[in-house]
Amino acid sequence: MKTYILKRILISLLIVFLVSLFSFSLLQIMPGDPARLALGYEASEEDVQALREEMNLDKPILTQYLLWLRNLFRGDLGRSVIYKRPVADMIAERLPRTVNIGVFALLLGIPIGILCGVVCAVKRGRLADQGITFFMTMIMGMPVFWLGILGILVFAVQLELLPIQGYTPPTKDFGDFVYHAILPVSCIFLGMSAGICRQTRTNVLDSINQDYIRTARANGLPEGSVVYKHALKNALIPVITIIGMQVRVVIGGSLLVEQLFNIPGLGTLLTTALNNRDYMIVQNCTLLIALFTVAANLAVDIAYGFIDPRIRMTRR
Amino acid sequence: MGERLLEVKNLRTSFFTAAGEVKAVDGVSFHVDRQEIIAIVGESGCGKSVTQMSMVKLIQSPPGKILGGEVWLDGENLMEYDAKSPQMQAVRGAGIAFIFQEPMTALNPVYTVGNQLTEVIRRHKKCGRKEAWELGVQALRDVAIPEPERRMENYPFELSGGMRQRILIAIAVACGSKLIVADEPTTALDVTIQAQVMELLQGVVEEKKTSLIVVTHNLGLVTRHTRRIYVMYAGKIIESGTTEELITRPRHPYTIGLLNSVPKLEQEKGSRLVPIEGAPPSLIGLPDACAFLPRCPYACDKCRSSPYPALRRTEGEEHCVACHLDLEGRI
Repeated sequence: MKTYILKRILISLLIVFLVSLFSFSLLQIMPGDPARLALGYEASEEDVQALREEMNLDKPILTQYLLWLRNLFRGDLGRSVIYKRPVADMIAERLPRTVNIGVFALLLGIPIGILCGVVCAVKRGRLADQGITFFMTMIMGMPVFWLGILGILVFAVQLELLPIQGYTPPTKDFGDFVYHAILPVSCIFLGMSAGICRQTRTNVLDSINQDYIRTARANGLPEGSVVYKHALKNALIPVITIIGMQVRVVIGGSLLVEQLFNIPGLGTLLTTALNNRDYMIVQNCTLLIALFTVAANLAVDIAYGFIDPRIRMTRR
Repeated sequence: MGERLLEVKNLRTSFFTAAGEVKAVDGVSFHVDRQEIIAIVGESGCGKSVTQMSMVKLIQSPPGKILGGEVWLDGENLMEYDAKSPQMQAVRGAGIAFIFQEPMTALNPVYTVGNQLTEVIRRHKKCGRKEAWELGVQALRDVAIPEPERRMENYPFELSGGMRQRILIAIAVACGSKLIVADEPTTALDVTIQAQVMELLQGVVEEKKTSLIVVTHNLGLVTRHTRRIYVMYAGKIIESGTTEELITRPRHPYTIGLLNSVPKLEQEKGSRLVPIEGAPPSLIGLPDACAFLPRCPYACDKCRSSPYPALRRTEGEEHCVACHLDLEGRI
């Protein structure tokens, strides 16, 4: 298991390195001179040149990359050319909001998805299965932003049950955080649990037909153990892949949802920065999102090892 | 021989499919005495496995349904219990234990041998973790598994097919069940291991004073060990008798065909085995005539015009046959 985890970590580090190369290339690919963009077209050539030197833009590309990496490790993510503030501060300020919403969505979406999937599989063909499957299929067909607008219209405008927008940190007032987060979180987690539900249903049905389930039943084990111990653990292996991929969906969803509900998180920061060509923010946010995705995949790989001894013990 | 342990009377199980009712088990009756080994022999799809699974109501419903019959195990009629009732769960594993044909897939790949073994033991013996572990180690020792403590920590994929089959047998004997049903216990194993597993099963029956039903299509494998044999065809028992009687004086043309298709040592080199012509019939909408009729080399007008032949006693020892004709011996 140790060698397995170590290998996974090494592979992840390699991916992170590649991603850092890509997000650095953003700077090179983006049209326009960042220094000129920052200062505006009225600024004198001397000022622009000075800023260029300050931003190391006059140095060779490889040096620029290495300098950026060095600064990254020092926690210096550069300065936003628009807001004139350190990017690290801006991300630190906004990241917790996105993470809170995302974690909330994951905490709801994963168990609800798995539970619905198991219920569908156990009650295959019955009303519960058909009802859940119908609902989940419908959800899967709805884009996040449309679901969000619909939610605002119905629950905020018509029924006036929930707020239209806004965000309260959970550390300040947890109740209020939940109150404000219900709609945005629902937009993200519903789609996620629909995907997980479908995957779980298929896999539980598949593993329920396996020989070892017949053995478990023939040995007089109760249905609860047969389904939740013997069938589910085998069925979870592919489901975990889906969960790993859902982390990306959560990040992507948060971009839209934060816009929609006016949550000052990483998503809004990135969208605004993209519009403003605030490349330092874009570059670092991209790297950060990539890091999250790589971390999620690493977690998935390690979870595989815990669930499936065949992966843990066979050295690859 | 001794006292009755299991008495199955007129068991009927059907599967209701889109194409029609499949009468997989159509009025099957048989019995097993204490410490007796019997075999149920037949081709694939003749209903022999479904018969066994029906006894403990392990039939997927829908499409399957147990339509009737009685299954008396040690004085209780199992058909009175609901498929999901605690009584039925107590019977499975502790009253009747099953060993299936695919040792490679019959154990859960993601749990250790010890985990799976002790779960069953704890369930039936109502004992603690530690005690169950010791009983589990003992059960592995009983089926001659070397280093049982270490095997408890292994996952199924780390063990060979023969070893896994031993573990399934260990699970079956661990809870002291009165009857073991071995459904094609050796089909997936090497020929050398097949004989070992049969020896082991016989040893277990003698040592643990249980009874054993071997469900198989391989007559050659079981005759050394069984006292009696039932032959099934198209959902019905068509011939039964003591092993010796059945092997030396078969009376049903199907049994005769089965025996002719088993290779014999004294057979001349290069001579061909005689197969049974044709394929087993579809079990949907069988006509009310002998099911073997289309494949029977001895079919006559009487067979074609008569309804399904009832099982009747012959003068042979415990010998019954369902055939209109009076055949005897291998022809």
